[in-house]
Amino acid sequence: MVTGLKLSIYGLIAIFAAMAANWGHDLAYRVNALVVLAAAAIAFWWTMTREARPADGPTDGPGASGYMDDVVRAGVIATVIWGIVGFAAGTYIAFQLAFPVLNWDLPWTSFGRLRPLHTSAVIFAFGGNALICTSFYIVQRTCAARLWGGNLAWYVFWGYQLVIVLAATSYVLGGSESKEYAEPAWHIDLLLTVVWVGYLAVFMGTLIRRKEPHIYVANWFFLSFIVTVAMLHVVRNASVPVSIWGSTSYSAFAGVQDALTQWWYGHNAVGFFLTAGFLGMMYYFVPKQCERPVYSYRLSIIHFWALIFLYIWAGPHHLHYTALPDWAQTLGMVFSIILWMPSWGGMINGLMTLQGAWDKLRTDPVLRMLVVSVGFYGMATFEGPMMSIKAVNSLSHYTDWTIGHVHSGALGWNGMITFGALYFLVPRLWGAARLYSLSLVSWHFWLATIGIVLYAASMWVTGIMEGLMWRETDAHGFLVNSFADTVAAKMPMYVVRALGGVLYITGALIMVWNLWQTAKGRVRGSEAPAAVAAE
Amino acid sequence: MDTYSLLRGFADSWALLAMFLIFVGIIVWTFRPGSRAKHDDIARIPFRNDRLED
Repeated sequence: MVTGLKLSIYGLIAIFAAMAANWGHDLAYRVNALVVLAAAAIAFWWTMTREARPADGPTDGPGASGYMDDVVRAGVIATVIWGIVGFAAGTYIAFQLAFPVLNWDLPWTSFGRLRPLHTSAVIFAFGGNALICTSFYIVQRTCAARLWGGNLAWYVFWGYQLVIVLAATSYVLGGSESKEYAEPAWHIDLLLTVVWVGYLAVFMGTLIRRKEPHIYVANWFFLSFIVTVAMLHVVRNASVPVSIWGSTSYSAFAGVQDALTQWWYGHNAVGFFLTAGFLGMMYYFVPKQCERPVYSYRLSIIHFWALIFLYIWAGPHHLHYTALPDWAQTLGMVFSIILWMPSWGGMINGLMTLQGAWDKLRTDPVLRMLVVSVGFYGMATFEGPMMSIKAVNSLSHYTDWTIGHVHSGALGWNGMITFGALYFLVPRLWGAARLYSLSLVSWHFWLATIGIVLYAASMWVTGIMEGLMWRETDAHGFLVNSFADTVAAKMPMYVVRALGGVLYITGALIMVWNLWQTAKGRVRGSEAPAAVAAE
Repeated sequence: MDTYSLLRGFADSWALLAMFLIFVGIIVWTFRPGSRAKHDDIARIPFRNDRLED
């Protein structure tokens, strides 16, 4: 009965997708339809042959913990793969800025199409998969309950991968709504909405059937991330498609309202996707890795609510000196500055968890990775409020300082804490006694850290330089520099930035090898414990 | 009164006051006497249940 219903639904989706591929008005839409057709066909085949395959046992594979871990394992693999794709795309477009010939004069490889591919791949594919799989891992263990909804978690996982593939192919073929961090076309937005409701159901369902009387703080952060991202996504993507057979749609908002909606969305994507969700990871993995409870549970509650109450108002700082009313700009600036406090509340809580265990930093490179990520979080959340001050923003806005700021947060905080989480998870999920190599973790740590320093430092220099060049006037009040002058002056810093990206992705590739070997249960030759000689 | 002015007036008076009071309430509740032992217990949740016992 259920199988028949599923097969009917997959069949109908496949037929609809075939019609869409035939009648689609634009290439991006037609290719998307073919991808959906393929996904529906695979799901159809999978469901049809299911009874012939052995049923999933309750053991959940290696390292059996009694929890539903196979979907977490899949999430770990997806996180690693999308991470490499996203870092490679970012490094490539960094070289495009230094050497424009790398655009190849082709529409599909132009910076304008690869840039959203990079941002979506690192934020939503790498970061999103990391959040989904760690939240599934953490919510089960802090609730002492298996994931609610059975295979619904698998629908969330595969649905999310489908969204990523649709968005990526659509961007390259020219399908984009041109809204920063919300570029996917309307039909992809709809699919993501469905997937996200499923994610919320799995997470809430697990919380509701928890055996621990209290909800651990990490789950508060994850829940706020899931709920707020749903709200942001639905409001920002409110639009009217021109036709059901095409990618094009028009936003429900116009003019300055559209701009404010954009940065209400964009800044809270940073606040709730890249901050609240990742703080959920911090509140589990930092205490676990240093084997100490969080420094102050009270501080975690207060900085959680302060973050929630304040973040939602900070978006207008992206629109200083624009058509946005002055009072709204000032409001955004004031809330951004106040945000410094809850942000540093989180940083202090994470760092002070190591109180009495600082010596572990010498011997544990995974803990070092987690701690440096919290350090970068603190630096980025100091720099952000400073840049939101109107006087500072008049220099920094539209310059590469902004890009440097985003990357010290994204590479330093989101990237490093995800790497730390992956190093924590893989031995446990694949039932290995330890990581393949700790010295390779150290290599990754230093390559990534130096890569970030090169990135941030070059962007500070070039950002402040171009900001000063743009505002420079001569004795008669004429502007001294043309825009092309600044582009020429920035060339060396662009090369340094791209090299920083090369170091960062090199470290990530070392991680892939290390995790792969760990999953196979190997230990690197020089690090295997020597046999103790009989005395 | 037009809708904008009505909503704006409500937002920067009663809604602002309510949000502020809720936030202050959360802080007071967090620091209520006797909450420390409970918080210490919650903070140790990650160190339990590494395996699901049924």
